Amino acid sequence: MAHAATMGHPETYESPLTAGWGKLMMWVFLCSDAMSFVGLLSAYGSLRMFDPSWPVPSSRLDVPLTALNTFILICSSVTMVKALASIREGNRKGLVLFLLGTIAGGLTFLGIQAYEWTHLIEHGLTAPSSLFGATFFVLTGFHGCHVFSGVVYLACIAVRAARGGYTRENNSPVEIAGLYWHFVDLIWILVFTFVYLI
Amino acid sequence: MAHKEGEHQEPNYWAVWIALLILTVVELAIFSLHMPRVAMVVSLCALALAKAALVAAYFMHLKFEKYALILVVMSPLLLSAILYVGLVPDAITHVRWLPH
Repeated sequence: MAHAATMGHPETYESPLTAGWGKLMMWVFLCSDAMSFVGLLSAYGSLRMFDPSWPVPSSRLDVPLTALNTFILICSSVTMVKALASIREGNRKGLVLFLLGTIAGGLTFLGIQAYEWTHLIEHGLTAPSSLFGATFFVLTGFHGCHVFSGVVYLACIAVRAARGGYTRENNSPVEIAGLYWHFVDLIWILVFTFVYLI
Repeated sequence: MAHKEGEHQEPNYWAVWIALLILTVVELAIFSLHMPRVAMVVSLCALALAKAALVAAYFMHLKFEKYALILVVMSPLLLSAILYVGLVPDAITHVRWLPH
């Protein structure tokens, strides 16, 4: 009976996917973005298999420094989930503080990556120097652009949060921004393993 | 307070955080152990995918979403599998036919 009633009234029709369109659209974007990264990682993998003279990545890259960067990004994902959990409890101050922590994590990640790139370029690893250099800079650069966009995105959310724009009931923009940020973290976990460790 | 549609009990994020850190340390240990190449690659890939799954399931709340949404967002996995299956045999045969 309840089923028939739902079908008869479009205004009460429930989306089969998710409660909010914004969230669904972010997921659709993340799916297509994931395919971009899969394309880049596949290109990296197959070029590496084709090339017997491919260097051992850890002989050229600073693995401990990047492990620290991975740690920072994972921590920033935790502050992001705590930000959302805070506002869902109605804690606006906690939301702003945890958002600022997440932004700080993203900025630290970018700073360390800029330092790493500078160091590598000074030691002769540039994008035109080899296929390894080209694929390395494209992959980490594409990811770095995502982190930078994420920092700008979260800064916008934080400004609105500081002005009291989100409440216990109305906080889906925070959740959607969080999805993007965790996706960036998820991709880095894969890039760190495939490009730095293997 | 009545819970809205899709809400659930917050998972223990600190436990997920600690699990991610432990998996990262295990990865670094495998990396520095100089294991046989195949064993190292397989275990590192498995650990990376496990970490990615933890982030998606708990931080992105995918574990608590509707089944249809989970299927939709898993579609890139299938597409990437097709991409790899298309590329890898080509790369392997090419390497095998190299003179050295």
